[in-house]
Order: sequence, then C-alpha cells, then structure tokens
Amino acid sequence: MTEPGKPILSPAFTPPGSGLAALQLRDIWHLAPWAIAIGFYFVGDGFHSFGTNILIMILFTLSLDLALGYAGIITLGHAAFFGAGAYTAGIVAVHMTTDPLVGLALATVLAGVLGIITGMLILHTQGVAMFMLTLAIASMFYEVANQWRSLTGGDDGLTVPRSAPLLAYFGFAGFRFDFRGMTGYLYTLSVVFLWFLIAWRVVKSPFGRSLDGIRQNPRRMRAIGTPVWWRLVAMYGLSAAMAGTAGALQAHATRLVGLTSLNLELSGIVAVMLVLGGERRLYGAFVGAAFFMIVQDWAAAKNPVYWMFVIGGLLMAVVLFLEGGLMGLLDKIAGLFTRKPEQKAGGAK
Amino acid sequence: MLILTILLDGIAYGMVLFIISVGLTVTMGLMRVVNLAHGSFAMLGGYLSSVMIRHYDAPFIGGALIAALVCGALGGLAELTVYRPLYRKGELAQVLLTFGMIFISIASMTLIFGTTPIAESMPKWLEGLVDLGFRTYPTYRLFLIVVGALLALGLYFIIERSLFGARLRASVDDPGMARALGINVNLLFTLTFIGGCALAGFGGAIGAGILPIEPFYALRYLVLFLVVVVIGGLGSFRGSLAAALAVGLIETTGKYLLPQLGSFLLWLIVFGLLLWRPYGLLPPKSAS
Repeated sequence: MTEPGKPILSPAFTPPGSGLAALQLRDIWHLAPWAIAIGFYFVGDGFHSFGTNILIMILFTLSLDLALGYAGIITLGHAAFFGAGAYTAGIVAVHMTTDPLVGLALATVLAGVLGIITGMLILHTQGVAMFMLTLAIASMFYEVANQWRSLTGGDDGLTVPRSAPLLAYFGFAGFRFDFRGMTGYLYTLSVVFLWFLIAWRVVKSPFGRSLDGIRQNPRRMRAIGTPVWWRLVAMYGLSAAMAGTAGALQAHATRLVGLTSLNLELSGIVAVMLVLGGERRLYGAFVGAAFFMIVQDWAAAKNPVYWMFVIGGLLMAVVLFLEGGLMGLLDKIAGLFTRKPEQKAGGAK
Repeated sequence: MLILTILLDGIAYGMVLFIISVGLTVTMGLMRVVNLAHGSFAMLGGYLSSVMIRHYDAPFIGGALIAALVCGALGGLAELTVYRPLYRKGELAQVLLTFGMIFISIASMTLIFGTTPIAESMPKWLEGLVDLGFRTYPTYRLFLIVVGALLALGLYFIIERSLFGARLRASVDDPGMARALGINVNLLFTLTFIGGCALAGFGGAIGAGILPIEPFYALRYLVLFLVVVVIGGLGSFRGSLAAALAVGLIETTGKYLLPQLGSFLLWLIVFGLLLWRPYGLLPPKSAS
C-alpha cells in the first residue's frame, strides 16, 4: 500500500520537473527553438509576416496539445475557439478600440469562457459522441458567423483596422506596427512565449499529471478521488483560451477575419500539425506547425492540388509508420548517439 | 401546401443521406472504427456515373450501378489494406488516417476533373414534373424517394430477416461473443464494408441532383453523414433510416421557413440530442 497523498509512480517515472530549478545542462536544447525564433527576427527579412503566421499556428497547435494530447479530449472542432478569438479581436478593433492588447485579452477571456461552458456540457460524454459534439459546436459557431452578417461580415469576412501602437500608455509612444511586420513578429513571439511558460507549468504540475492519468484510465482516476470532469473542463477551458489568443493574434496580423478561421478544415489541419510534430511534447507543436507551414508554402506555391496530396500522404504516413511524430523521430535519432537507454521523452507516456 | 412540399423534399433529401450513410453506420458500429473517408466513396460514385453517362452513353441507373460496383470493389480493397491495421489503434489514429484519405481523394478528383462542380447529367425521363393527383412534384425527387424506400425495404429483409443479417446484428451487439459462436466476424465485416461502399457510390451517383458532385464533396457533406450515423446510433440500421429522414426534414424545414439560420438549427438539434442520448436514438445493445 502506498501512503495517502503520495502519487503512485511506475519505476520508469521521471519526477515531474516543475519550474526552472529542475532544468539540467542537457536540457539546453530547450533554448534552440527560441534561439531560432529570435534569430529569425534579424535574418528573416521579408518573411516576418510568414514567420508570424507560423508562430500563430504554433500557439494554436500547442492549445490543441493541451486538450487532445494531454487531456485526451478527441476534438475535431478546435477551430471554434480560434475563430471565436479571431472574430472577437476583429470586432473589438472595429467597434471599440484598436489597442491590440485589449482585443487580445477579450478574445482570450471569451474563448476561455466558451471553452468552459461547452466543456461543461460535452465532457460527460465519451468517444464518438464527444467527437461529434465538438463538431456540432464548431458548426454552430460557423453558422452564427456566417449568418450574423452585420457583425461578422458573413462570407465576405471582416476587415480589421491596423492596430494602434503597442503599449502606448501613460504618454509612452509605444511600438508602432510597421509594414514589414517586424514589430508584429516580436509581439507574437512574446505572447507565444508567455503561453508556452503557462502550458509548461501546467503540464508538469500535479494537475497536469492527473490529466495524464485521466487520459489513460478515467475510471481508476475517479476511483482514487480525482474530480475527473472538473479537471477536464479546466484543461479544455485553458486550451480554448489559448486557441482564442492565437485567433486574436491572427486577426491582428492578417487584418482579415474570415469563415476559414472557423471551418472544419482548420480543425483538421491543426490536428495534423500536432500529430506531425508529436503529441504531449510541447515542442511537438513547434516542430509540427513550422514543418507543416513551410512545406505548405513550398508545395502550394507549385500547385495547390499537389499540396493536398502531400498533406494527405503525410497524415497517413505519420499514423501508420511514425508514431510520436517528428519529435519521436528526433528522439530515435538522438537515441542512436546516447549510451544511456533510459527514456528522456519529455514528460508523459 | 408548403408543409407537403417540405415533407416530400425532406424525405427525398433524407433518402439520399440514408443510402450513403447506411454503410457507414454498420462500419462504425461493427468494428468501432471512425471512418471519415466514407463520403469519398459517394463522391467517387458521383464522378464515375457522370463519366459513364457522358462518355459511354450509359443509362442513368446503369451508370449508378457501375459506380456502385467500382466503389464496392475499391472499398473491399481499402478495408483489407488500410482499415485492417486501424482497428487496433485508437480513435485519434482512425480520425487522422481517414482524414488524410479525404485529402487525397479531394486532390485526386481535383486533378482529374477540376474544381468546378460537374453539371448533373439527368436523363429525360427524370426531368419535369409528375402529377400525383392532388399536386405535381419533380420526377427526380419522387424517384429518389421510391429508390430509397425500395433500398430500405431490401436492407430490412437482409439485415432483420436473413441469417446473414442475424449474424451481422449479433456481431454488432457483441463481437467477442459472436466470434465465440463461430461467426467469422472479419469476413462479415469485409462483406459489409463492400456493401456499404457500394451503396455510398450508388447514393452519390443518384443523389447528385441534391448533393452536387465536386472535389470537396467528401469534406462538405461528411458531417451530415456522420450526424446520421451518430444520431441513429452506431450500427443501427433502423436508427440510421430514422436519423437520415429526420436530418433531411430538419434541413429542408430550416431552408424553407428559417433560411436566415442556415444549418444552425440542425446543429443545435444534433447538439441537444447527443447530450440527451450520447449513444443515439436507437443504439444497438452493445452501446448501453
């Protein structure tokens, strides 16, 4: 018997390092994605808006990783929250203020609240029913945006005015959003970094670990006294809020919010990015989204049809042959060069 | 009179949905595999029959039957090669792999036929109106209702009245027990998969006047097919008929009476129904 209050650990379990104190020298590779992202700011001349789009999709994919990867909530309707955030930011900019932070905050809160409300309703169910419910929610959001033309512009989309300078408070002139999108890039990167820290803290926390258990065996978790439903709702809400932020960032960056921010295709594509990169890895979202966006940009420039073949083929190949996605592949490659056979797979499994 | 129009249009629409979705419900009910690519077979059927009719002067029903044969054969092939390894994997893997298949089917059809929807190739005898005695009604829609009703009747006898059907229902309710009794569930499933894909191809072909054939067909109507299956209850033949007719009627009613709502009404009802009965209206015994 284990003493109460102490989690039951399997022998292969690495203690959840929470916070910076748990970092070791070999974790220095954590700096790599951020170094690349910051380096891109200086060398990626002319590609800053593309880089911004990649960062936005990384954030969106990361949000799906929380819900789908860590909590095991199979959803094909995550674009609902992305779109809700994008439309909120767009509508705030049109009707209230062009201060980007206000739109961002409102979009995040609204998407989070929507996530909690819908999560409370659907997270009692399981399997196909839950999956269909997420689809139904996304479809309802889509129809609302499509039909409420006076507010959303319907299928013409909503043109968002240029954002006011960032942090222009108390007489400070603020950072102007330039045409080349360099300010926008840094702004997006900062927001992504903040959300990443939150996500990291959450998945390494006891709360995150309990979701790991819920994903693997909800019945047993309930038996040991975990409030399963509340935990799922909380994670779903957090994930929805993060997706809403991503939507708001996109509304500000592209200055156009369309129905494509809400459709089934986007929900599918973000799942592709996640699985491509690897679930439950946090950095899987980075690798998957960046890889996907770059290949898409390259292939779609040649021929959009060609691109559909690539994405379909990639998806099938990852599911059939490459479990763990690209991060899993990197792990295997890294495994060839290290002597110690013990796993270092980032966190869960 | 509007009520009657809504009723007839709704039933015609529902029949098309039923023909296409009935195979999917057995697939998902029997093997618990989430098959999002089912709509691709219906799309393929639509394209094939239009090619047959245009280039080889096949009669309308002949074209649809050829489409059904080809889709059935391809479905069998796909079951043996792609779907078999999937049964052991989780729902997520199934969702993603079949989603990938949708993309590939969309790309293939775009490559071959272009992005524009193909014009329906309606034969002379289906154009125009037919006099029902108390009113006139488009022949094509009446044809859909009749064909759908005949197919439903035929399927009823196969599934509810034949030995094959008894085995099938037993396997849906409890695959393990069915195996223990000596039923070859795998073979049963392959046969059902072939039948389901053939029906999807047939439905896509004859329903082209209601669900126009274009490359994004497989994605655009996918959710409707899924709704029929899930609302009806996975693996339930009667449930899918009831759900298909209900979806057809709700969508048609919405279009006539509340066009400003679009499909919102349907989704709201789906949402409520699934919260109320997560296993569908008429679930098989295994689900409860």
